[in-house]
Amino acid sequence: MAAPLSFFHTPSPTGYTGIKSWLITYDHKRIGLLYMFAILFWFIVAMCFGLLIRTELMFAGPTIMEAATYNAAFTLHGVIMVFLFVIPAIPAIFGNFLLPIQIGANDVFFPRLNLFSWYLYMLGGVLAILSLFANGPPDTGWTFYVPFSITTDTNVSLTVTAAFVLGMSSMITGLNFITTVHRMRMKEMKWMQIPLFTWSLYATAWVQLLATPILSITLLLILIERVLGIGLFDPNKGGDPVLYQHLFWIYSHPAVYIMVLPGMGVISEIIPVFCRKAIFGYKAIVASTMGIAVVGSLVWAHHMFTSGISDVAIFVFSLLTFLVAIPTAIKVFSWVSTMYKGSILMTPPFLFALCFIYLFSTGGLTGLVLGAAGVDIHLHDTHFVVAHFHFTMFGGVAFAFFAALHHWLPKMFGRMYDFKKAYIAAILITIGFMGHYMPMFVLGMQGMPRRYHDYLPQFETGNFVAGIFAYIMVSGIILMFINLFIGMKKGKSTSGDPWGGTTLEWSTPSPPPLHNFVTLPEIKDYPYDFSDIIQKDDEERHK
Amino acid sequence: MEKDSTGIKLGMWLFLYTEIMLFGGLFVLYGAYSVQYTADFIQGGKELNLTFGIANTIILLVSSFTVAASITAVQRGSNALAQWLLWSSVFMGGVFLVNKYFEWSYKFSHEIYPGSDLLADGEPGRNIFYGLYYVITGLHGLHIVVGMILLTISAVSIMRKRITPEDYGLVENCGLYWHLVDLIWIFVFPLFYLIV
Repeated sequence: MAAPLSFFHTPSPTGYTGIKSWLITYDHKRIGLLYMFAILFWFIVAMCFGLLIRTELMFAGPTIMEAATYNAAFTLHGVIMVFLFVIPAIPAIFGNFLLPIQIGANDVFFPRLNLFSWYLYMLGGVLAILSLFANGPPDTGWTFYVPFSITTDTNVSLTVTAAFVLGMSSMITGLNFITTVHRMRMKEMKWMQIPLFTWSLYATAWVQLLATPILSITLLLILIERVLGIGLFDPNKGGDPVLYQHLFWIYSHPAVYIMVLPGMGVISEIIPVFCRKAIFGYKAIVASTMGIAVVGSLVWAHHMFTSGISDVAIFVFSLLTFLVAIPTAIKVFSWVSTMYKGSILMTPPFLFALCFIYLFSTGGLTGLVLGAAGVDIHLHDTHFVVAHFHFTMFGGVAFAFFAALHHWLPKMFGRMYDFKKAYIAAILITIGFMGHYMPMFVLGMQGMPRRYHDYLPQFETGNFVAGIFAYIMVSGIILMFINLFIGMKKGKSTSGDPWGGTTLEWSTPSPPPLHNFVTLPEIKDYPYDFSDIIQKDDEERHK
Repeated sequence: MEKDSTGIKLGMWLFLYTEIMLFGGLFVLYGAYSVQYTADFIQGGKELNLTFGIANTIILLVSSFTVAASITAVQRGSNALAQWLLWSSVFMGGVFLVNKYFEWSYKFSHEIYPGSDLLADGEPGRNIFYGLYYVITGLHGLHIVVGMILLTISAVSIMRKRITPEDYGLVENCGLYWHLVDLIWIFVFPLFYLIV
């Protein structure tokens, strides 16, 4: 039988060839790739802003920019990274591409809505670009805290609108995923046979769906206040700015789990494949995934310990914050236990996954330091916080994203990248990362605040070291992208299952055909049953 | 492929959750401020026109009934009746908005509008009460407009014979949306008009 045409070669409707046929596509795989190129573009833009910030901070006093420019730079770095990269990265690219395949479906439930969500994403991006012009770029930080966001003359309205539109895009993706998992799953696949990546996307989708509207209304209120000046958050007119912070974090803390849950799903897929061993505690991981989604929605006020909330509230939210660490720890233990006595095969995705476990654990543990109300008074709004959330968001989500790129790129394009360059890149990024963010923990404990353009002379050494390692990290990222790009274009062709994975996406050719499967996939009793793969490995060894 | 109407409805319900959360954020604000400014909120509630409020509540409840009846009509194949019921729901939505217009413009004529000097310089609690009143009823009014558009789309697609007794998901989903708009009003009405 001739190999079926891949989704790249699907015949396009008359009059729509090349890029045009992609812009009207309903194919979840093509939409995933459309997302990929847009998201990578924004990642690189935001990374450049980040590098500019750290270059500015390498020396005391103004180095390459003025204070106002600096405020705009960190705002744009935050807004773009959060709303245009970290939130959509894994669900929109890998979720779109893989979720339907992992549950044996030929597409998502609402394909047209799926394309619509991509257009919303692009619209949000365009609005974010436009906000750079007219009245100057926003300078509020990505949190848009009142009263500054309401009174500043810069173009906050447009940025807020952009975030609003991006939120809608994220909600639609979530809605689509939940419906898809419920209605498109193969009849033979029971809930406890769903791959963990899909489980994590399912939990994420619920958080996206239920938390994002709170962000929408919060952003809408900023717009209303900027236009009408009602004063709902203005103490002079009876409003309470702390309520804004509540509303903002009711979304934005769960958003942290929108970001990280899919990353955990990626790691839960990669670890068993390269240990040739069933994942340890499948049900515990599923339960902890849903547990994080629920408890993670109830911890928002730990961002506000110094904002003037009651002692009772501080106590409750501090306790809940400690509780959310439990399901996260369960996952870390499960990953490590999976490796125990496994037949470990080192590959680039596995190396990234290992780095993820270390960096994310560090990020999580320092999160507990901040969750302790007493310590938080000292560390609040210092560089310690910056280091903490970059360990979780970058060391966690972005490393999982890099791991996913290395894991599924052969599936998406049917080609393999160069391993050696991938290893060098991974090591450069990790070393750069450690050298970049570790000093910030120290700086924070010594009292260096975040978001300041300048600092006292005693902080110069730490900032200088962090700046040097930032360049090492960025050079690693550039090497990684070049390597992946060359692999995507010219790499060696791979089979449908280059790694020996057991989930359904590996039972179809790479790249998959339009309707994903050539023959109806067979559902295993247990999604991580490696006995067939191990047998195949053995046969090849004996040849 | 056969249409999965259960799935389409599931998607709609999920969307309705997001709408509830959207208004939920505003209700949280209302809750927090009503504790802080209880007396002002009660006073504000007395200043609103209860007759208009009750009339609008009845109008929305009846319109929800006609929407529900239109779906039964579609199921039984009486398309003419279904259309008539939907158009009358759209009409009632319009009457609701006209009432709202009179209510708002009456308040406006007394210098009570968002950001007015009278409110800004007066009691803080009163300013917050009216601020929330305009934001919440305004956003709700916007939803009424969207709901009327959706009901019009349903009525037109029945007219064009795109709806059959087997495949009426569109009408049902638009109807669900209208019920949600109604439901939100059922919360808005006592919070502003009946608060004592």
